[in-house]
Parts: sequence; C-alpha cells; structure tokens
Amino acid sequence: MEVTIPTNDTGSWNGGDRSRPLGASYGKMMMWFFILSDALTFSGFLSAYGLIRFKFIETWPIADEVFTHFPFLHGTHAPMYYVALMTFILIFSSVTMVLAVDAGRQMKQKKVVFYMFLTIVGGLVFLGSQAWEWKNFIQGSYGAVQLNDGRIIQFVDAFGHQIELEKFAANSHSERVQHTKNKGLWFVEETALPPLSLEQVITGFKTHPGITIRTEEIDAETKAKKIIPRDQAMAYLAEASNVVKGANLKVNEYGKTLFADFFFFITGFHGFHVLSGVIINIIIFFNVIIGTYERRGHYEMVEKVGLYWHFVDLVWVFVFTFFYLV
Amino acid sequence: MTAHAHTSHTKLIWKVFIILSVITIVEVVLGIAKPDILHLTQLLGTSPLNLLFILLTLVKAYYITWFFMHMADEKKNLRRAVVWTAVFLICYLVALLLIEGAYLHEVLGSLTRW
Repeated sequence: MEVTIPTNDTGSWNGGDRSRPLGASYGKMMMWFFILSDALTFSGFLSAYGLIRFKFIETWPIADEVFTHFPFLHGTHAPMYYVALMTFILIFSSVTMVLAVDAGRQMKQKKVVFYMFLTIVGGLVFLGSQAWEWKNFIQGSYGAVQLNDGRIIQFVDAFGHQIELEKFAANSHSERVQHTKNKGLWFVEETALPPLSLEQVITGFKTHPGITIRTEEIDAETKAKKIIPRDQAMAYLAEASNVVKGANLKVNEYGKTLFADFFFFITGFHGFHVLSGVIINIIIFFNVIIGTYERRGHYEMVEKVGLYWHFVDLVWVFVFTFFYLV
Repeated sequence: MTAHAHTSHTKLIWKVFIILSVITIVEVVLGIAKPDILHLTQLLGTSPLNLLFILLTLVKAYYITWFFMHMADEKKNLRRAVVWTAVFLICYLVALLLIEGAYLHEVLGSLTRW
C-alpha cells in the first residue's frame, strides 16, 4: 500500500505523520539513538569503575603517580600534561569536524575536504598518543614487589619519593633462565622473567639504609600513600612473593590490578571508537572528494559522521575526568 | 539559529572551542596544583575538588552536545528523547552502583589487613 505524503523536505524522515515529530531525517535520528545507547554503554563501564573504586577507596592508585610521562622529557615528573595534550588534540579535531559540517551546509566542497582531512589527522595523532600512553603504563616506571596476598609494596627514598628498583637492587648475577618449551618439558612454559629477582631487591634493600617502603593504603589526612618506617619494613618484605614491573591484566606495579583492568578496558574501548571513527571519516572524506554529496545535493552524511566523531570526544571528556582528575 | 540556515557559524564554533579550552586548562591547573582547601576537605562524600571537576565536565559535555553536535538546532522532541533518557538512566545507574560500592567498602574494609 503506497501512501504519498506531501513533503517539501526530501531529506527528512516522513514516518507516516506529516507533523514529523522529531524533525530529523531517518539516518540522523538513528545516529542520535545509537549515540544514546553507546553513551549508556560507556556510562555502564565508568560507573562499574566507580563501584570498584568506592569499594577500594582507601587503597586505589593515585592517577598523578601513575601517568607521569611526557615525550622527550625522561625522568621528569610530569603528571597530567600528556593527557591534557591528548584532550586538546581531540577537542581540536572536533572543531575541524564541526567546521567541515558547517562548510557542508554551505555546499563548499573544497572546504569540507580540507577540514575532514585535518579531522582525520587529529584522530590518528590521538590514536598514536594513546598507544604511547599504553606503552608507558605497560612498561611501568619504578617497579614494585608483590606480597603473597597480592598487595603491592613500593620503595621510597628518605624524602618519600618513589625510587626505581634498579637504583638499589643488588647486582648479583642470576643463573635462573626462562623456561621455554624447547628445553625440558614441551608442555610447560613460563612468562618472561622480571629483570630483577626478589633476592636482589631484598638484599639491595638491606644494604641501603636510606630507603623504606610504602603500602597501597592512602592516608585520609594527606591523601598520600602511607610510608612504613624502615624498622617495620622487613615484616612486609618477608611475605614478598615476586617482583613486578609495569602493568597488565594480571598484575599492576601501581597498586590494584583492577585499576589496570579498567584502564585497559575503558580507554581501549574508547580508542576502538576513535579508530572506527577515523575509518568512517576516511570513507566519507573520499566520498566528498569524488563529489558524491555534491551530486546528492546535501552534505548530511558529513553531519552524521560528525555526530559520531563528537560523541567520541564527549566520551573522552568523561574518561579524562574519571581516570585522571577525580 | 535554525537547522537549515546556510549562514556560517564559524564564529560560534571558535567561541565554543575557546570555552572548552579554558575549562580544560582550569581542570589541568587544579589537577596539578590540588589546593589543600579543595583537595583535603570533605563535601557530599568526596572532596570539593572532585565535585568541581565533575561540574566542569558536565559544562564541557553541554557545550559539545549543544553546539558541536548541533543539539541546539534540533526539534525539542528529539532533544528531550535523547538527553532526558540519558540523564535519567545514567543518574539511576550511577546512584545504584556508587551506593553499592560504598556498601562493599563498608563490609569488606574491616576484613583487609594492612
């Protein structure tokens, strides 16, 4: 049954009612509701992070001590600068995207091409930055010791600053080699050995009187990790089980493993959105170049992909707040 | 400002960009400085600094949604269908999960030995 609805706007969704309650084309409306559902997915992840964080409120890692790297500045303590830079890159690529949408509304093909290009470059730079951030987190900065019950013990100098294990660990040569499948039992293998053995760290700790340890526990008064006096430190180290360097899904030198799990999962999921956004942007970019939307008479497709791109920026604003600021 | 006006909004876009940048810079400066009066005091179960960060984030979210995503140009019905659904469901979810998280802390906190 064919129903003809008189309409003066061919781009709009004529969903059986002449009043068109939502006043948007089918594609644009669906993009909005997809974004809504995706926003609920992300808020699910972030509130799950909130739940776990409230559960371990007294022992959660302090973001300022975790993300302290900046390119070309080795060994300096630069909290937040790098992630602020990433935020600016993404906000700026959002600006170029909205400029492309604006140019599309005025049917200026060349301008759309230029701004879409800048948006794609911005997206790729952001992805590279995120890869670098992951690399630093995975490699770690100071190293720590894990106790039998999973708690993390970090080492600090006399001023309360964290120090690297390599700075004090005893320099004994270890005969222990990694067990691989081609030596001994073929069905048994183990992960890469840590660069230092537990004996080296503990011997080094004993011979350096200036250093002590700190636990994961946060002092409510100063909001800093509690430092254990040196004379009580050996009681903790007696329970040590292994040396930890860096972070992965199973262990995290900065504290709770769940922090690493949520970090990888949420920033990874966001990064995957950025990646798919870049790919969709590239497809639309070439469509603009070959004049698809010029022939169609409107650039609504640029608007729709723009909505998705801005949503990715919107999510990052929240990830930035809850992972790095709060 | 209407959806099909073919006038350029470039000025507005740069204005929004400046607002977003200033908010981000304020957040970063506060995040690095962490003034004791905001960081070490308590307000509504957390520090005033955290509440300020969340408030600034919501302001940023408003500017991105309204001006970059052109929500301001959409019909009221679409705007309400998207924004209120998100606001209601997210508030509900966050409230439940944070209350449960605090409960878990209360129950398990005494069992953890430091």
